[in-house]
Amino acid sequence: MAAGAPVGAGGTSNIYKGSGWKLLFPSWVIIGIFLLAPVLMMAVYSFLTKEFRGGVIWEFSLNAYDQFFFDRGLFGDEPPTLEWTYIGIFWRSIWQAGLATITCLLIGFPTAWFIATRKPESRSIWLFLVTIPYWVNLLIRTVSMKFLIRDTGPLNEFLLSLHVINEPLGLINTNFAVQLGLFYSYLPFMVLPIYAAVERYDFSLSEAAADLYASTWTILWLVILPVVRPGIIAGCILVFVPSLGAFLAPDLLGGAKTFMIGSLIEEQFKGNAGNWPFGAAASMILLTIVMCVLLVYARNQNKAEAR
Amino acid sequence: MRKLLASTAVALLALTAGAHAEGKLSIYHWFEYIPQELLDKFAEEYDVEVTMDTFDSNEALLASLKAGKLGSYDVAVPGDYMVKIMRDEGMLDTFEASELPNFGNIEDKWVDVEFDPGRKSSIPYQWGSTSFSVNKDVYKGKLDSLSLIFDAPAELKGKINVLDTAGETLTLASLYLGIPQCTSDRSQLKELNALVQKAKGDWASFGSDVAKDVLVSGDAAAGMIWSGFSAKARAEGANIEYVFPKEGMIVWMDNVVLLKDAPNRENALKFMNFLLDPENAAAVTNYAQYTAGVKGVGEFLKPEVANSPESNPPADQKGVFVQACPEDVQVLYDAIWTNLKK
Repeated sequence: MAAGAPVGAGGTSNIYKGSGWKLLFPSWVIIGIFLLAPVLMMAVYSFLTKEFRGGVIWEFSLNAYDQFFFDRGLFGDEPPTLEWTYIGIFWRSIWQAGLATITCLLIGFPTAWFIATRKPESRSIWLFLVTIPYWVNLLIRTVSMKFLIRDTGPLNEFLLSLHVINEPLGLINTNFAVQLGLFYSYLPFMVLPIYAAVERYDFSLSEAAADLYASTWTILWLVILPVVRPGIIAGCILVFVPSLGAFLAPDLLGGAKTFMIGSLIEEQFKGNAGNWPFGAAASMILLTIVMCVLLVYARNQNKAEAR
Repeated sequence: MRKLLASTAVALLALTAGAHAEGKLSIYHWFEYIPQELLDKFAEEYDVEVTMDTFDSNEALLASLKAGKLGSYDVAVPGDYMVKIMRDEGMLDTFEASELPNFGNIEDKWVDVEFDPGRKSSIPYQWGSTSFSVNKDVYKGKLDSLSLIFDAPAELKGKINVLDTAGETLTLASLYLGIPQCTSDRSQLKELNALVQKAKGDWASFGSDVAKDVLVSGDAAAGMIWSGFSAKARAEGANIEYVFPKEGMIVWMDNVVLLKDAPNRENALKFMNFLLDPENAAAVTNYAQYTAGVKGVGEFLKPEVANSPESNPPADQKGVFVQACPEDVQVLYDAIWTNLKK
């Protein structure tokens, strides 16, 4: 950095000059201990030999990845074919997470728009209302949802008493229930970033476009969306990534009938299988998928900024 | 997570904070399995600060100890086959019968057990059975066969909860088929695989710690369950009957074991001795509604517990312990389970 160039936030002060690494040091320690070290450990474990009933033997092995991708039949002696079991579990989780993201976007965008277009004084109240349910633990909220929608729960009792339905809706233990749980769990992660983007939007741009005879849809697509896009993408990532590893909603609301990525990995460590290298390998594969999603996002961001 | 539900809901941490306690005792226990008053009583009598963490399956207990928790707990409460596994893994300390003044209170039939011959590392905690219960409002037919779960009648289809552990669910399925546990016979394993695949179509959910809740709430009309849990569900208002299937049921015994590298070995032995006192053993039974393996509990039991239908199977009821399979066989059962939930 050239001498005399402004250093630090806003470049208004030189007092932090040359001490950047010292200030970053705590973050590096925290990232190192709590992020990099566990991920590295996981990467190493995924290439080790499994010990029966949990644990590892320190011998290099590709068995975990082999088990993930190749099917050798129940007894392990058939010629290998592509293993669809785990790909299927991953695909189901990705599909669930994607659907939850779309639902959150469809509801979250208008919500954020609504809040951002209120008077500045009342916005904070609306935001406050959005976050209130999140003061309660996720587990408790998911169990409450289960109580609400079960066949003998208040929702069904209410509809039955009004004779809107004659039989309980049978919502519990369905994919719909899982979606409802994910949607309810992660909606604010969509609303808040979009709100932040919409709040910065200059509404005179819409007026200018309207003066130039742009239709409502044209204004939305060509004027508003490009401006709030980073908020939408950030919201989508914040909803998609945790939904991908979610296991509370699938277990409690979906009846745990099928493995999701989260429960498949859990089973390797806490369940009967006790196959740590395989659990680590599945985690690494999941991590890779998430990294790819984030990289695509980062590249798009760079392109957008370069424009 | 289902695991989270149990451990969060009932995790009893830092139970008795005796400010001037002489020593400590760290327990690793199942959820909802010991009355708080009994822990308080022990803490007071021996001036010991008691802490307890909970787990919800034998496998979760093993995983946690393997992942580095060995050395931080004094006692744990594994089931029969898990005692053997932990013993084989070298996770248990041993004691002499003379170190426990109440050792003689152990019922004779539970002293020389296959999973810990002569009781060198463990004492009985409670024993009971695993079978299933059926809501009598929903199904009015005869209740005597595992076919109600594995080949469900029309009334129960789509209303069945099964335990979310491979060991219990696949063992009951094996009993239904009449095939041995830990078999490596290919045709038998294929038969087992086909049975659970087909039966799953009639199952509403998999869940262990919700096994009681789904029967009480009516989410499930039939559900695999442990005997004492079924008694509790009945007490909470579910119109259910615990079934003693003609094909057989699972019998199990949970045991208090002395863990290797226990930080408070002396207090652990005091606690084990305390639990062998008939009055204290009866307090656990009155709470958990299983059966103590201790002599002389009769006079301390509540009559409704002593006479509960769940704890009094017919004299000729067949029951088996779950076996710990060797590795080459266990992977086949794991594959069937994964295949079932894929």
